[in-house]
Amino acid sequence: MSGLRGNCAIAGVATFGIGETPGFDAMEAQAIAAAMALEDAGIDKSRVDGLFGAMQSEFLNTLAFSEYFGIAPTFSSNNRIGGSSFLAHVQEAMAAIEAGLCSVALITYGSVQRSLMGKLQTAVSAAWTRHETDYGPRFPVSSYALMARRHMHEFGTTREHLAHVAVSARKWAQLNPEAFARGPLSVGDVVTARSVSSPFGTLDCCLVTDGSGALVIARADIARDLKRPPVYVLGAGVAHRAKHVLGMESLTTTTAVESAARACAMARVDVADIQMLQVYDAFTINTILLLEDLGFVEKGAGGPFVAEGRIAPGGELPVNTNGGGLSCCHPGMYGLFTLIEGVRQLRGEAGERQVPGLDVALCHGVGGAFSSNATCILGTEATL
Amino acid sequence: MITPSESPEAAYRAALEAGRFQVQRCADCSAFAFPPRVVCPTCGSGALEWRASAGIGAVHSCTVVNRRAEAGGPYNVVLVDLEEGVRLMSHVVGFGAQEVPLDLRVRAQIAPEDPRLTFRAEDAE
Repeated sequence: MSGLRGNCAIAGVATFGIGETPGFDAMEAQAIAAAMALEDAGIDKSRVDGLFGAMQSEFLNTLAFSEYFGIAPTFSSNNRIGGSSFLAHVQEAMAAIEAGLCSVALITYGSVQRSLMGKLQTAVSAAWTRHETDYGPRFPVSSYALMARRHMHEFGTTREHLAHVAVSARKWAQLNPEAFARGPLSVGDVVTARSVSSPFGTLDCCLVTDGSGALVIARADIARDLKRPPVYVLGAGVAHRAKHVLGMESLTTTTAVESAARACAMARVDVADIQMLQVYDAFTINTILLLEDLGFVEKGAGGPFVAEGRIAPGGELPVNTNGGGLSCCHPGMYGLFTLIEGVRQLRGEAGERQVPGLDVALCHGVGGAFSSNATCILGTEATL
Repeated sequence: MITPSESPEAAYRAALEAGRFQVQRCADCSAFAFPPRVVCPTCGSGALEWRASAGIGAVHSCTVVNRRAEAGGPYNVVLVDLEEGVRLMSHVVGFGAQEVPLDLRVRAQIAPEDPRLTFRAEDAE
C-alpha cells in the first residue's frame, strides 16, 4: 500500500462564496469553485476523467455535476461518509490513478445552506436511528456533547479548555480575510454563551455558513507539468465502525487513531515530522480529541495543550490556520476545506497567516458524529 | 444463515409496548447486541435469541439539551451501559434541568405515561 506514496498531487484548489453566497444555488457555487480550481491548475476540463464529490443538497452529486459541468468521467465516486468524504475521495483517487482508471480528477463540494435556510443542513434517516431520536438529542451537537462530557469526566478536561479551542481558531481567523467570523472572542465569551447541549454553548459549535470548494488531483507526472507547485499526497487513511454515538466503542478514543496510523504508514512519516494540522472542528471537543488520537499529545492532555496557546498563532503546532469550522466557514461538510487550506499553506500563499518553512501537513476530516475519520498527509516536492 | 421469521426491530418494539425490555444474545458467541440485529455484530452468527433484561446499568455520559421553558424546558439525554455489556441512549427521570452524574447506577423502567424505555436512579423511590 505504501507504493501509493506521492503517486499523485493536488494541482489546483479554489474556494467560492465562503461565508455567504446570496443568490446562487449550491450546484452553481460548486461549479464556479470547480472552474476556478481548474484555472488555478492551468488544465482544461477536457482532461478531467475522474470525478468525486458529496453534498447535502444533491444525493447523486457526481451524476448531477457531470451533466451540469459537461464531464464524462471514466471513474466516479459519490462516496459519502459525512464531512470527511473528500479526504476519503483523495484516498480513492490515489488508488484509481494508480490502477489507471483515471489520471486527472476533480473533487467538488457546494453549499448555500446559510442563504437557503439559515441552519445546518443534514440528513438523518432510518428506523434504527429511533434508538437515538426518541430521546431528543439534537443532531449532531448532542452526540459530540456526550463525548465531551465523558472526556471531562475521565481526564479532567474543563469548560475553559474547550473554550480555548474556539479562541485559538478565532485568532487564526483574524489573520484570514476569507474567514466569516473575525471579531474579538474571549474564553469568558465562550463559557457564558447560551447553552445548546451541555457542556456546549453556542460558541463551542461550528458556524452555519455557505461555502464551496474544489480541488484538482492528478497523476504526479501530469501535476508536475502544470502551472502551480504540486502538493503531493504522501498518505491517506480512512476508518469507520459506527454511525451512531451509542455504537461507538469508546467516547474518548475515536477511529482517527486508525486512519492516522494508516496515513502515516503509507506516507512513511512520523507524527514528529508533521508541522501543521488542519482538522474538522465541528465542535470544540474535536480539536482536543484529534490532537490526542492523531498522536500529537497523550490521551487526556489535549485540553491543557490548547489552553497553553500551543495551537494558536505563535504556538508550536499551528492548527486550523484558516479559522476552521468554528471561525472560517462551516457549510455542512467541512472536510474539503482542510485540504484546501493545507495546500495553500504548503504553497506558501497564505498571506498574513502563512506558517514559515512548511513541508509536511496533516489534514483530517470527521463525518457524522465522529462516525468516520479520514486522514491525508500532504507534502511539498522536497518530501518526495 | 438463520433467516429471522420477524423483524428484530419490530419484535423489540412490540415487547416494549407489552411492558417487556429484552435484548438479543448470540447463542454462538454469547455476546449481547443492541440495537436489534439480524446477525450478531461480534461473530456474524444469525442465532440471536431474546433475553429479558433487568435493565441495570450505569450512566456513561450525559448532556442536557436546552429547550425553551414554553416547550417543556431543558432535559437530559444519557448513554447507559447495561450489565449485559450493551450501551443505549435514554433519559433519566427526576433530574429536571440538571445533569445526571456520570457512573450513577440506574434501573430501566417502562412508565405508563411514556412509551419509551427510560431510567431512574437505582436508589430512587
